[in-house]
Amino acid sequence: MNRNPQLNAHGELQHLITLEGLSREILQGILDTAEPFAEVAEREVKKVPLLRGKSVFNLFFENSTRTRTTFEIAAKRLSADVINLNINTSSASKGESLLDTVDNLAAMQADMFVVRHASSGAPYLIAQHLAATGRSHIHVVNAGDGRHAHPTQGLLDMYTIRHYKKDFTRLTVAVVGDVLHSRVARSQIHALRTLGVPEIRVIAPRTLLPTGVADMGVRVFQDMKEGLKGVDVVMMLRLQNERMQGALLPSPQEYFKYYGLTPDKLRLAKPDAIVMHPGPMNRGIEIDSAVADGSHSVILPQVTFGIAVRMAVMSMLAGG
Amino acid sequence: MPTLPDATALCAQLAAAMRPQITPQTALVGIHTGGAWIAEWLHRELGVKQPLGSIDVAFYRDDYNQRGLHKGAKASNIPFDVEGAHIVIVDDVLYTGRTIRAALNELFDYGRPARVDLAVLVDRGGRELPVAATWCPQALALPASQTLVLERDGEALSFRITEK
Repeated sequence: MNRNPQLNAHGELQHLITLEGLSREILQGILDTAEPFAEVAEREVKKVPLLRGKSVFNLFFENSTRTRTTFEIAAKRLSADVINLNINTSSASKGESLLDTVDNLAAMQADMFVVRHASSGAPYLIAQHLAATGRSHIHVVNAGDGRHAHPTQGLLDMYTIRHYKKDFTRLTVAVVGDVLHSRVARSQIHALRTLGVPEIRVIAPRTLLPTGVADMGVRVFQDMKEGLKGVDVVMMLRLQNERMQGALLPSPQEYFKYYGLTPDKLRLAKPDAIVMHPGPMNRGIEIDSAVADGSHSVILPQVTFGIAVRMAVMSMLAGG
Repeated sequence: MPTLPDATALCAQLAAAMRPQITPQTALVGIHTGGAWIAEWLHRELGVKQPLGSIDVAFYRDDYNQRGLHKGAKASNIPFDVEGAHIVIVDDVLYTGRTIRAALNELFDYGRPARVDLAVLVDRGGRELPVAATWCPQALALPASQTLVLERDGEALSFRITEK
């Protein structure tokens, strides 16, 4: 594999594992390509023939209804055959190794693996294994790995911001909440930086901040009211209860009081600020229903844009 | 080197040939980008009643598996009801016929038109599919090594020949 294992010899995307290290040109190319795919969703026949005859395997070692469904819809709208595997209820529970699973599916003529895994690095391991065994024509898309990355979520977030705010280079963007456990936050921050957002703020209690977060080129705030002042975009994160080990937080009620996005706190942002959330939302913990369902919220458009962005990624990988 | 076709004169000839067959049900669909420019001009010149459509066939091209997704794909825009419509596909140059095949496939995903015609400025031969233009003011044989490109400067259209 070459220096950036996601790119082929011509510098084109071969896999999508992480947004880290991808150029502004590549990120913008994906966002530009997603625009005409968004139009396809407006048609009566919401389908184009690009991936006809190709097999896309959704390999979900960790549950996720929304991400799996939007990947499935995206692949189907590209005319691919889609096979969904929930591995925690299948061979892995019988002891089969990750790479044995991959080898078996590759033997079934897979063209693409969409991988969700609780361990950081699992999609990269698969891509590396495919390359080492002469099967680099099979593409890997990371649908979220451990605390590492969730690149298509990061891209759909960037698409959403561009849709509403047009120009990245004048924005102040706040990422709020459980940054410590969030692969989404990492992908967002890498993409925001690459696309030229001048001020990225991270708002979280000290216990939910990863060490070295300031080295990612962000301004860190522990006071949410201070951090939200004058921002254009508020990107909320889900409080990841299932990943909490030990007493990182006093109580959900207390978290809501200090870090829940309420109408009062949102008033500190710019009047035309947009509110985003990758879902699933914990209403009353990280976000107030009045905000989630309010006029600033673009949470449901994010889901719709996610399909177009995933169609763009899959069609850019699978062609040629 | 053959004489370059005069795009402005050809547009006028094309409009004159099409005029008798334009009805209130006729809709124009220009293929990105050259065909869309010509369709825009024809739409004005012929006073076409149906809103102007445009199509980018990137998602329907037959060379996707060889060459990948065409860069810079634009959204298609079909702002009228395709079902039962009389549609004129407009392109600058008719060559292998593959672009027209892709455009027809895409159009049929919007509905079943009553009739589809094809209007182009130049037919350069070299067909690889059974496709013919309804209206075409000029035929011009060109070697496969050359590409005939339509360019737009302000409102003015002109042709240029490039070597591959």
